Amino acid sequence: MTGTNAQDEAVLSVADLSIAFGQDEADRVVHSVGLDLRAGRVLALVGESGSGKSVTAMSVLGLLPPTAAVTGSIRLEGRELLGADASTLREVRGGRIGTVFQEPGSAFDPVYSIGDQIAEALAAHGRRRSRAETAERIVELLTSVGLREPERIARSFPHELSGGQLQRAMIAMAISCDPVALIADEPTTALDVTVQAGILDLIRALRDTRGTAVLLITHDMGVVADLADDVLVLRAGEVVERGPVQQVLTAPQHPYTKALLASVPSLAALRAVPRPGAASGAAAAAPTDRAVAVLDHASVTYRRRGAVVRAVDDVSISVDAGRVVGLVGESGSGKSTVGRALLGLVPVSGGRATVAGVELAGAGRGRRRAVRRRIGTVFQDPASSLNPRNTVGWSIAEPLQLAGRLDRAKRADRVARLLDDVQLPRDFAGRYPHELSGGQRQRVAIARALALDPDLLVADEPTSALDVSVQAAVLQLLKDLQARLGFACLFISHDLAVVRELASTVVVLREGRVVEQGPAEQVLTAPADPYTARLLAAAPVADPAAQAERREAWRQLEEVR
Amino acid sequence: MNVWRSLRRDGWALAGAVVVVLFVLAALFAPLITGVVGQNPYTYHLSTLDGSGAPKGFGGGISAQHPFGVEPLTGRDLFAIVVYGSQVSIAVGIAASVVSVLLGALVGLVSGYFGGWTDRIVSRVVDVMLGFPSLIFMIALTAIVAASFPRPALIVLVIGFFGWPAVARVIRGQVLTLKRRTFVVASEAMGAGPGHVLLTQLLPNVFSTLLVYAAILVPASIGTEAALSFLGVGVPPPTPSWGRSIGDAVAWFSTDPAYLVFPGAALFLVTLGFNVFGDGLRDALDPRVSRRGSHRRRTAPVPTEELV
Repeated sequence: MTGTNAQDEAVLSVADLSIAFGQDEADRVVHSVGLDLRAGRVLALVGESGSGKSVTAMSVLGLLPPTAAVTGSIRLEGRELLGADASTLREVRGGRIGTVFQEPGSAFDPVYSIGDQIAEALAAHGRRRSRAETAERIVELLTSVGLREPERIARSFPHELSGGQLQRAMIAMAISCDPVALIADEPTTALDVTVQAGILDLIRALRDTRGTAVLLITHDMGVVADLADDVLVLRAGEVVERGPVQQVLTAPQHPYTKALLASVPSLAALRAVPRPGAASGAAAAAPTDRAVAVLDHASVTYRRRGAVVRAVDDVSISVDAGRVVGLVGESGSGKSTVGRALLGLVPVSGGRATVAGVELAGAGRGRRRAVRRRIGTVFQDPASSLNPRNTVGWSIAEPLQLAGRLDRAKRADRVARLLDDVQLPRDFAGRYPHELSGGQRQRVAIARALALDPDLLVADEPTSALDVSVQAAVLQLLKDLQARLGFACLFISHDLAVVRELASTVVVLREGRVVEQGPAEQVLTAPADPYTARLLAAAPVADPAAQAERREAWRQLEEVR
Repeated sequence: MNVWRSLRRDGWALAGAVVVVLFVLAALFAPLITGVVGQNPYTYHLSTLDGSGAPKGFGGGISAQHPFGVEPLTGRDLFAIVVYGSQVSIAVGIAASVVSVLLGALVGLVSGYFGGWTDRIVSRVVDVMLGFPSLIFMIALTAIVAASFPRPALIVLVIGFFGWPAVARVIRGQVLTLKRRTFVVASEAMGAGPGHVLLTQLLPNVFSTLLVYAAILVPASIGTEAALSFLGVGVPPPTPSWGRSIGDAVAWFSTDPAYLVFPGAALFLVTLGFNVFGDGLRDALDPRVSRRGSHRRRTAPVPTEELV
């Protein structure tokens, strides 16, 4: 192999692994994959959805459904796992190999406390312990994954903890029996960037202090650059490239790897130190008469169990005609609520929301509906934003039908031209959403949003459910259409690099408040607010050397905090 | 469509469908079918009865002319009565379930989508309706309503009126989750009014549930109609009805058991047929049951590479 310490015995060695869900050659999802996992090193298994990366990892644990036919060899510390009996596999799972899953919220059982669940993992493997010993060990484990107040965490139930805390507890459980190898399946995909940076740091520490071999499964090149020592690129179940991280990410050989890396949106180098005296960044520029959508000191509140929660607090934003405003924030920052307030889907309780000169709060129902027809919307999940029971053509024509402007023949004609605009074949009009890929569905959603030539397009995380190469294509499409049609756009995203691709102005939200807004180049390279700086530093980039610098910057910012 | 494909593969559903189709055909072509053996359900054949009014001969008077025997006391042809009886049963059963499903769909969609006070009031009404002693109410109602009101229509309305709450409750539950799906929000964001959302976004998505409910409500309605006729408040004589024949046959059971067997078997077969078919339909329409393993992967979208 290509690793520097190739003479070392591999902890986990997979050779000529093929997996099929059926009899035919076409049913094969993994084609003779080989990999070696070594102590103290992180091997990243990279690929887009459907590349077979998760299936490969699950086959190591023998956790595939019985319909899967697995051939080849999986050896853990010299012992063959393929075809091993159930008790051997049980001993390996959790005992020799720990696993961390993508969604920490659903990987824990909601009816048991965290402590109970770790105790169960301890009881399943290793020696018998007294109650006190177990409690002591749980606290020790939770402390070792960087959780403050380990006793409280152990007593807590999953719903009482944040995603980051849960993922740390998950890692504590995975390492509870001192495994030789750790399989981390998209461990940070469901987390915010600032939380992700901490989790990646923790896995790195485990590798260094315990010498654990880590198999990291991810689609995110930034995460690879941050954590991996070696990389293996999978495409449609085949290894297209492998090697040390520096080589694969900076000098890729295979065209697929090159294309994949080229489609990763990038962030410019960061001047991490907040500009002194520039703290006035949160103040909005006064709305000009070119403004299509304006939020003026707007608040959105809702009641939860009697208490009033401010989802959006005194936010002022103005989107000018022909401009793209990027709205950035972590989960719970209220960025989607801002979009919904402009659509009139949630009422604004204080301040004003104006779209195309109409103030939403004062307008009657009919007026509000008329305003909505001048706004196009693209939602995050293309799988659920199209009605599964209606054809694509019907969905695209829906706004036209609602506006009642065109007759049937003209509508069909308009649908065909919209499909041309989003670069889909015209015969897609007769298909149903489930016959389309995610990227194609999102193109349909964009076509629908543009059907009435809107003044404003609200795009709420339009690419975060897509693979990077698809994301790049969809972003390019949005960029071209915006340049051609000249609509104003509110682009909502958690991903700073994606926002940088499109937006001329960036607004950063935190806990319902604007912490900074200004021209994109300025906000994204020289932020005025320390929160923006932390957010930027935590976002990983796909270059190992540059990422090491960012990591250092992030650590410094965390210490200052 | 793969609903038909999985229905065809389900032997029980297929058998149920065959039984249902046979009975529907019998109902539609009753005069033709009974004409073949030269009978109708109204002519008295007193010569086939003995002195006490019981049919002469084996199995309630089974013969070449009367394949199912004859009715005691009147000597009317039992085969014709059973065949004609399917008209009332199936017509009332289907019409009553259509009433139930239409009402239930309307109420469920409206209360689920609008929520708030509408939903609170409707849900309480549904609770009351479900706890109501409906059979007693039906008997009372059919006794009170003026005789000039056409009896079959009254029975359809009464049975249909007590069938909707169950449908409404299920549809409301589905709508509650559907209305949070993005495509509904997207439609509202485009400026769609409630009518548009209800008809074009929500209705198509609950349609399969409505179909299954209709298929399962039909046998229940047939059973209720039979029960009302059994109790003597169903369709008035001399219109043949299985329920009334069964009611009459109970008194004759010791002397002429065959009189109970034929209408009873017909009622049993048609309700079983509808139920089994309804079950199969539910399985066929439920993606969790019908699409498994490799089948699901085969129907998965095949994205065209240059069009991602």
